[in-house]
Amino acid sequence: MLTCREFADFIMAYLDGDLPEAQREAFQEHIGICPPCVHYLDSYKETIRLGCLCRDGEGPPPEDAPEALVEAILAARRKG
Amino acid sequence: MSDADERAFVEALQSGDDAAYEKLVREHSGRMLAVARRFLREEDDARDAVQEAFVSAFRAIGNFEGGARISTWLHRIVVNAALMKLRTRRRKPEESIDELLPHWKDDGHPEATPGPWSPERLLDRDQLRSLVAGGIDRLPDSYREVILLRDIEELDTAEAAEMLGISTNAVKTRLHRARQALRETLDPALREDA
Ligand SMILES: [Zn+2]
Repeated sequence: MLTCREFADFIMAYLDGDLPEAQREAFQEHIGICPPCVHYLDSYKETIRLGCLCRDGEGPPPEDAPEALVEAILAARRKG
Repeated sequence: MSDADERAFVEALQSGDDAAYEKLVREHSGRMLAVARRFLREEDDARDAVQEAFVSAFRAIGNFEGGARISTWLHRIVVNAALMKLRTRRRKPEESIDELLPHWKDDGHPEATPGPWSPERLLDRDQLRSLVAGGIDRLPDSYREVILLRDIEELDTAEAAEMLGISTNAVKTRLHRARQALRETLDPALREDA
């Protein structure tokens, strides 16, 4: 029997498919009997999904860099 | 840009064509600055990291091989430059992540019982994005950089380990704790019964 604490420790390995068979079975058994841990697992997955919102391509397209920065970079190249 | 166009563009860069360099900087610096800003809290630091990234890229362009896309190549370079800059800005000693992790009773049950979330019902996309960015910002740097590399910048475990100079197991452990801590900070705002 897993405790809720052990269940939480194993989540990432479970999602990555890294848990050995016996632990994976114990993990799945815990899912069947412990609704709060199911909520925890779901919200852990949601945390990863919501992180994607911060990626480029998810939000508005990035603005152009300030002209002063572009000029400084091009000047740095000319200096070599 | 098609593969053929990109090959021609890389050749122009490698032959020192000024117009190609200007195009490279104008097309990629905005996106690279957005990446650097996620890692660095000060705008000046983010801009410095982008400039340092381009200087590294200019030096290395002769070795650029067609296998990777230029955008992917520059992304790795600016992430690396931002990490270097972050190293020089580290708060010392780093605060512990323990306070942000879930708390457990001696019998292995959680102190606070987890409940269901309804993010999209409670907040719109922009609110969610700023909530998550704020949550990531609260993490200690050594956890913040791992969650940024893996979950936001989409590097794999081995790449993140190499950039940070730590083992793949350390990356996995830190990523799991960082996600758990982020989950805790988001929880009050995203609970269905909030
Ligand atoms: Zn449980």
